[in-house]
Amino acid sequence: MTYLIEGKKDSWQVVLGLEVHAQISSKSKLFSVASTNWGSDPNTQVELVDCGMPGALPVINEYCVDQAVLTGLSLNAEIKKMSIFDRKNYFYPDLPQGYQISQFEHPIVGKGHINIEIEGKVKKIGITRLHLEQDAGKSLHDQDIKNSYIDLNRSGCALMEIVSEPDLSSPIEAAEYVKKLRSILRYIGSCDGNMEKGNLRADVNVSVKREGEKLGTRCEIKNVNSIKFIQQAIEFEAKRQVNIIENGEKIIQETRLFDPNKCETRSMRSKEESHDYRYFPDPDLPPLIISDEKVISLKEKLPELPDEKKDRFMREFNLSSYDAEVIVNDQGTANFFEKLVKGRDSKVVTNWITGEVFSYLKKINKDIKNSGIAPEKIGSLIDLIVDEKISNRQAKEVFEEYMKSMDDATTFIEKKGLVQLSDQSEIYKIIDQVLSDNPKMVDDYKNGKDKLFGFFIGQVMKISKGKANPKLVNELLVKRLKE
Amino acid sequence: MNDFENLSISSAIEGLANKNFTSLELTEFFIKKIEKNKDLNCFITSTFDKAIEMAKISDQKIKENETRPLEGIPIGMKDLFCTNGVRTTAGSKILENFVPFYESTVSNNLWNSGAIMLGKTNMDEFAMGSANTTSFFGNVKNPLGSKVNKELVPGGSSGGSASAVSSGLCLGSTGSDTGGSIRQPASFCGLVGLKPTYGRCSRFGMIAFASSLDQAGPITKTVEDSALMLQAMVSFDKRDSTSSRQSIPDFSDFKKLSIKGKRIGIPKEYMIDGLNSDIKKIWDSGISWFKSEGAEILEISLPHTKSALPTYYIIAPAEASANLARYDGIRYGFRHNADDLNDLYEKTRGLGFGKEVKRRIMIGTYVLSAGYYDAYYLKALKVRKLISQDFEDSFQKCDLILTPTTPNVAFSIGEKQTNPIEMYLNDVLTVPASLAGLPAISVPSGFNSEKLPIGLQLIGKPFDEISVLAAGAVIEESRGF
Repeated sequence: MTYLIEGKKDSWQVVLGLEVHAQISSKSKLFSVASTNWGSDPNTQVELVDCGMPGALPVINEYCVDQAVLTGLSLNAEIKKMSIFDRKNYFYPDLPQGYQISQFEHPIVGKGHINIEIEGKVKKIGITRLHLEQDAGKSLHDQDIKNSYIDLNRSGCALMEIVSEPDLSSPIEAAEYVKKLRSILRYIGSCDGNMEKGNLRADVNVSVKREGEKLGTRCEIKNVNSIKFIQQAIEFEAKRQVNIIENGEKIIQETRLFDPNKCETRSMRSKEESHDYRYFPDPDLPPLIISDEKVISLKEKLPELPDEKKDRFMREFNLSSYDAEVIVNDQGTANFFEKLVKGRDSKVVTNWITGEVFSYLKKINKDIKNSGIAPEKIGSLIDLIVDEKISNRQAKEVFEEYMKSMDDATTFIEKKGLVQLSDQSEIYKIIDQVLSDNPKMVDDYKNGKDKLFGFFIGQVMKISKGKANPKLVNELLVKRLKE
Repeated sequence: MNDFENLSISSAIEGLANKNFTSLELTEFFIKKIEKNKDLNCFITSTFDKAIEMAKISDQKIKENETRPLEGIPIGMKDLFCTNGVRTTAGSKILENFVPFYESTVSNNLWNSGAIMLGKTNMDEFAMGSANTTSFFGNVKNPLGSKVNKELVPGGSSGGSASAVSSGLCLGSTGSDTGGSIRQPASFCGLVGLKPTYGRCSRFGMIAFASSLDQAGPITKTVEDSALMLQAMVSFDKRDSTSSRQSIPDFSDFKKLSIKGKRIGIPKEYMIDGLNSDIKKIWDSGISWFKSEGAEILEISLPHTKSALPTYYIIAPAEASANLARYDGIRYGFRHNADDLNDLYEKTRGLGFGKEVKRRIMIGTYVLSAGYYDAYYLKALKVRKLISQDFEDSFQKCDLILTPTTPNVAFSIGEKQTNPIEMYLNDVLTVPASLAGLPAISVPSGFNSEKLPIGLQLIGKPFDEISVLAAGAVIEESRGF
């Protein structure tokens, strides 16, 4: 369904384009050998280039180039044989060279696309370009009343700016796009996708228009650092623009900031105030040449990407599109699934992963890869359910305790005395007791009150303290009542 | 004590090897001489203690027969090269108290070759100037001015380096050449100045003026000294992405190279209006010397020559406007007290930079601005390509190009100060080779009527410094002094 904003007069479509800044997971910076380690003491990870010393020169980090090429390939994009680094000139205390080395006219990666899934439908989102650039340092204004401080640890870290076409038309699409992009980056390992640390952040371009109209004037919301905030920022900004236009005024092209506390966007600077960055080719760096051999060898290194994996999982394991999407989103989960599903029912495995396992991970605030959970730990529990040693309900009830224990599933349920009652004669004994205790109800049932079947089941389970095999109880009760 | 004033590097090496004198004696001689000639203002910072320390080490090495190529040779280091623990100013107030904690590759190479640092030589601020009159540390005087009872400029921007060698305050010195800053002062001071092919010398640790043009080189008394110093300065350096991996020859091989049969191109476009008639005469003499050495002389055309100067004065300031943005008073160097950030930038840069530097930052900022970029900067890049193409075409026909180095001889301090264009015209014959990144040398070739020196320039093919040096040697042998 099309996302529309209902104004006072008209319905409005939203047009969105995203510029995602992804920090490359690299040990050293884009043009220096300084470490990129997060959380170190201020200004301890700084080389000459990173603090703009006289006579310092940038030298490209080939690892970062490889990561950009890998990312380009994973975005189905064109890898440029020649790209050029430019200087983007502006003054700011946390920009030590007085310019940022970026790529303007000739980025390393050209047009590509990724697919997102909205309400079961696949939508192709165009990628305009990807380019490499240096990150700036950090200004600290809250250390002292009179002075600001600068931390240059982040200065010079490698960023990929990934620009989308204005193909997104709702907050949820924008969210899905970022999720998908993050998933891909994590699969290939070019960026850890950590938005809290600012390793992935987005500038969101928002404009609105009536159906059939050409593109409206856009505003850019800078540096939004969570998926939830991206959605909130778009919702607020689109409504703000609709109100302005419906009141007969014009949208001013400008840069805005999102305030997550007030859930609103605020003007930062207008187009007139915008910088003239005076981009020009950096004479310290020759054009970046990427050989065909490099592209071919990196292509071979590409892992199976989320979309391919999803298709395969749907094919091989008969997963629904929705389930497959959820499973492949995180590579760790997908790997876990593949190990767990071996010799097991894929639907049961999927339900356990997306249900109990996910909520447990959320509780302990870890992802599946660093949680240390072995697939066999879950597998042995599932096996007991399938073998009707314990019930699904029992398993769910004790799941958390089980996860914390060091025991395998068999030992654990034995210790807990949880073994399922599957002995026919034992179950018959209980059924017979229940039926003879309730002769009136048995009569009513036989006269057509079908609903009482559930009552009998409940009584049996109660007497067995939940241990009776529900499937067996069902079967045997039907038999008895027919007699 | 010996008089080392007219000593060349090659004869000093010989003298040291033969134990005629020690490096300490040499060094102490130059220290005294520098102190006596403070009025020339050749040095911004002297490093005499360090020099004596280095000289003692050299004497020890000579004693132990572990002599390196420039063992014990006292030199001046242009104050554009960062020297570890020694103040490096680039001739600017904004770096008045800047002490690097790292060493430039070129200076490091020289120390590793055994050269001794007497001090950091004066220069035009950030290498922007052609008369050494823009230095925050004052004008440098050309020692040859005393011959004509005038205060003459030594040329620029490596004015301190040239004046120091010319007045015998050191045996050689480093310079840097962006549009002529080695060749022009060498010519004005009667010295040999060599700008190698772009990429020969690493730019790491050399304070940037215009990155695509800056190239270090030696200023010496003789062509042989030039080859000796060049050998010590060059290297491939992975810390400079524009550093060349081209194999490095033994530059002293120039002595084995005969100029006989070589084709010397004479570009007709260098016969500019306003070319001093004495210089024209020396140029003609140069042609005849090469003829008599058996070289073939041919007229060539470098049609875009007249566009070189304006092209240079767009590209160099454009790059400089970005290169000098880092001098903002935030992390090091001069900072002026201020009320807020913009005020800090304005006052620090307004008071920290001199007039010429600010003029070029303004020009550079302008030519890169939205709406002007295409008309100025982009067009200049295109013309630069055409200029390079001119040379490439000519080098199909000839091996070397012979021109004057400057349109005029050294002028008086204070002259050409009112109109910057007049000052910029000094570079008209040197900038084309800079824009094309070609090796070029200026060699003293004669004198005007007042006995002021005139230099001729030889431009060579990329990385063919050996031919340039060989042709320079021909001038040295033929000029008759």
